[in-house]
Amino acid sequence: MPEPAVDVVLVGFGWTGAILAEALTAAGLSVLAFERGGWRTAPNDYALPFDQDELRYMWRHHLFQNVAHTTVTFRNSPDQQALPMRRLGSFLPGAGVGGGGVHWNGQVWRFLPSDFVARSHNLERYGAGVLNATEMTIQDYPVTYEELEPYYDRFDYLCGVSGKAGNLKGAIQAGGNPFEGPRSRDYPNPPLQMTYGPSLFGKAAADLGYHPFPHPAANMSRPYTNPLGVQLAQCTYCGFCEKFGCGNDSKSSPQTTILPVLMPRPNFTLRTYCEVMKVELTRDGKHATGVSYVDENGVLGFQPANIVILSAFMLENVRQLLISGIGTPYDPRTGTGTVGKNYSYQIVSSVNVFYDDKITNPFIGAGALGMIIDDFNGDNFDHTGLGFIGGGYLGALNTGARPIETHPVPDKTPKWGAGFKRAIADNYVKTVPIVTHGAVMSHRTNYLDLDPTWRDTLGRPLMRMTFDFTDNEHKMSDYLTDKAAQIGRAMGGREVKENKRSGHYDIAPYQTTHTTGGAIIGADPKTSAINRYLQSWDVPNVFVAGANAFPQNAGYNPMGTVAALTYHCAEAIIRDYVKSPGPLVQA
Amino acid sequence: MGGRVPAVGLCVALACFLAACVAASYRAVPPPVPQGAANPGGGAIGLPAASDDDITADLAAWGPPADAAAPPDAALQFSDDPVARGKYLVDAGDCEACHTAAGGRPFAGARGIRTPFGIIYSANITPDVKTGIGRWTEVDFYRAMHKGIAHGGKNLYPAFPYTYFTRLSRPDVDATYAYLRSLPPIYQVKPANKLPFPLNVRPLMAIWNALFFRPGEFRPNPAMSAEWNRGAYLVWGPGHCGGCHTPKNLLLADRNGHALQGAKLNDWVALDLTGDPRRGLASWSNGDIVEFLRSGRNARATASGSMQEVVYYSTSRMSDSDLGAIATYLKQLPPRRHVRSFATPDQTAMLAGQAIYVDTCSACHGENGEGEPRYFPPLAGDASVQAHDPTTIVRIILAGSRSVPTPAKPSAPAMPPFAWKLDDAEVASVANYVRNAWGNSAPLVSSALVTKLRRRYGEAAER
Repeated sequence: MPEPAVDVVLVGFGWTGAILAEALTAAGLSVLAFERGGWRTAPNDYALPFDQDELRYMWRHHLFQNVAHTTVTFRNSPDQQALPMRRLGSFLPGAGVGGGGVHWNGQVWRFLPSDFVARSHNLERYGAGVLNATEMTIQDYPVTYEELEPYYDRFDYLCGVSGKAGNLKGAIQAGGNPFEGPRSRDYPNPPLQMTYGPSLFGKAAADLGYHPFPHPAANMSRPYTNPLGVQLAQCTYCGFCEKFGCGNDSKSSPQTTILPVLMPRPNFTLRTYCEVMKVELTRDGKHATGVSYVDENGVLGFQPANIVILSAFMLENVRQLLISGIGTPYDPRTGTGTVGKNYSYQIVSSVNVFYDDKITNPFIGAGALGMIIDDFNGDNFDHTGLGFIGGGYLGALNTGARPIETHPVPDKTPKWGAGFKRAIADNYVKTVPIVTHGAVMSHRTNYLDLDPTWRDTLGRPLMRMTFDFTDNEHKMSDYLTDKAAQIGRAMGGREVKENKRSGHYDIAPYQTTHTTGGAIIGADPKTSAINRYLQSWDVPNVFVAGANAFPQNAGYNPMGTVAALTYHCAEAIIRDYVKSPGPLVQA
Repeated sequence: MGGRVPAVGLCVALACFLAACVAASYRAVPPPVPQGAANPGGGAIGLPAASDDDITADLAAWGPPADAAAPPDAALQFSDDPVARGKYLVDAGDCEACHTAAGGRPFAGARGIRTPFGIIYSANITPDVKTGIGRWTEVDFYRAMHKGIAHGGKNLYPAFPYTYFTRLSRPDVDATYAYLRSLPPIYQVKPANKLPFPLNVRPLMAIWNALFFRPGEFRPNPAMSAEWNRGAYLVWGPGHCGGCHTPKNLLLADRNGHALQGAKLNDWVALDLTGDPRRGLASWSNGDIVEFLRSGRNARATASGSMQEVVYYSTSRMSDSDLGAIATYLKQLPPRRHVRSFATPDQTAMLAGQAIYVDTCSACHGENGEGEPRYFPPLAGDASVQAHDPTTIVRIILAGSRSVPTPAKPSAPAMPPFAWKLDDAEVASVANYVRNAWGNSAPLVSSALVTKLRRRYGEAAER
């Protein structure tokens, strides 16, 4: 028996899926979401007596995508043979209801106004040479910071972000980030209580003339009820956010901000353990009729829908486009085609400050607890003569020093044995790590396509990732690391250890899950896959929500911008598309 | 009066027989299936399973019922349309809770109501001709509500609380009938009750009625305010609060001398609703009571056990004026006079309990039992924590509990089970600490009680 058609089918039910489902069902549309993983709640899946189990969640990947079912293949450059990633490392996509929104840190950032015009801004300020025109393929967004501000604000209040505004309607606020774009109002909650290590960083940075401020955090500094009436509890600073679910309901996730009001709505349906095979198109390939999927019992089904929205992790969104034949695959030799283009990432490094006389208790933490400076992010500083563009934030973050993961030791410490153990014991509570979180520009040979060899358990080609850092990234990251070390030295420790990011990109060690691009937003269908409303240029009843939209990456965690673009998309569907289905932007 | 003597004699005989049956009837009911793995390194840890007699589990759905946007139902209270008013009364009477089986269609009945004597299945009250009340006239319906006698003349069991519904006015009963007749008819056969002889002989209920039941509509007390009278009508009529909150005698009739002073039913302790300072509502304001009934929680307490169902299907849909009337009525109930004295734990036991509490409970409930009001229940000063009978607190420690979602408070935070983590002595120890710390005071919990409840609600702690 054929399934009844719905207005909207969502492929993936993490943050973007939940945001869209809530907004679209509130507008009266019928929405059905497919999720490849299962239903997850704090009391059943990451309850307080065992949610701080580092072995289970971090090392055994309890909340992450199972690479035995599907993974990516990887190579650094187009002339290499790509091989499957058989253990997650560099990035950690989620699986299950809530997606990565369950195991994220809760770092909620807005991109700088200049990040949205990265190409034209840098061209204007530094001239054509800086873009190394043939190799760097950065583009402007077709939306501005000002246009997205109301949607950033909506996500801040949905999540109850704890922070301190630095720019309220153009007026710079002491104690906040003076470089940020204007906010229409302050954060809904005050900053988290600052711990000792980040406070030392903040003081040293201020003494050097920089502008430290508390990291904006979707970890609750106090009990919060969001505009949907959903409640969050106060954070206990247990230090188990990233890679863990929050057993205390004090980290924002779809479960703690949206699902209690969404799930009972009669016009919403969630189907778990259903993997969407592909978007089905009409014979001319210009209209989606719905999606085919495999359910928990392995039975193939077809779900008709008026609108299909890809709302999975960005790598899966791009793969769905390629498998379904939506848009033209990107060709790195000619630079033509759009799907798979401008895959990007971030470049991170760190500095450790070791003390003899200060006990920093780094285990007292929260996902986004820390002091940050934004003086070297984006184009907040003059790049003239530096030989790179872009930047990143740097700061001391106390995300929680989990015992298996955290073994900070000074230089020249033995790699194993009694000396290694003694160094950990001596230094564990006497260390402040400073991280740098740098942007990665997009380049001609960094891209995604379907692997010609390797397939997943359902017989579909794996996503092939071709990526490496370029000189721009290394120069930029080294510059940030030097700045971090400068502040580290001003923090008065015994020793400062720099951990620069050198050499080729390595997919094995964890860096960040901020993979971006591949189905980018733009004003021109020749150079972008989706328009300003995340609508496919090629199949107008398909929308693609996720970090795949970023034309290049910025020096911030992506979720705030992903959410803002998603709300912007939902509003356009409700306001315009429903009344007049078709392209929302004329090419 | 003379005619009652043989009835009393028969009842004494019945009582002896039934007392012997109590243990057997417990065995007749399969215990709730313990859920989830006891092993936190392996699978998920589950909340208690949905079973016919476990009310909380039915509410495992996320969020409030989709059709229960507050408070449009409340507006129906004063409607001219009897169907609309009937809908409000059906909500006020919590009819849907018992007359809907787990996973079944609303009002189609067939839900097993566990009593100490056996299981009684609720009736289909949709207008289906074959299996529902399709053939019932308005007069039939009034007789059932007023006298406990069904269409066709057979006696109903007082698991259907006609002992309370008899107080409803004729227009209210007629409106209720009009609403139920407006529902879509559903064919749903009621399973046979599981009652031992002689309780399965319905005519014997006439004797029970003669002993314990006085039919009669509610008569207002002219000495009291209109609001108090409305509250009394709701509490003693449709609300049938005493059904859980009044202790029962050996034949399950209300002990009226202890009305609303709290009682245990199906291993949940219904709270003392009188002005008892520690275990009752003395410290609650009228606003606290209204907020609790409206949203399932307030700054002092969170509904647990069977009360969640009452909030979900009934009080969250009632008007503010009616909830205020209930509060006005309850707030004037005097506390019981004689409070038993009891032993409290010594210093060493308190320190042991505190150690478990700090490790296991304090992240949510706070180091000083302050909780996070309206989210994680405060334990300091809580009436349920200090109930004389510790069944509720021990059961929740073993099996966990999820708050009831309501339109006013859609988030439903849950406490996970601890049966897998704490052994019987540890559960007793932490329960004793919580019941006697921060100014709380309550009788000691024995490890033996934990052992008994663990057999029903938890798994053996793995060591």
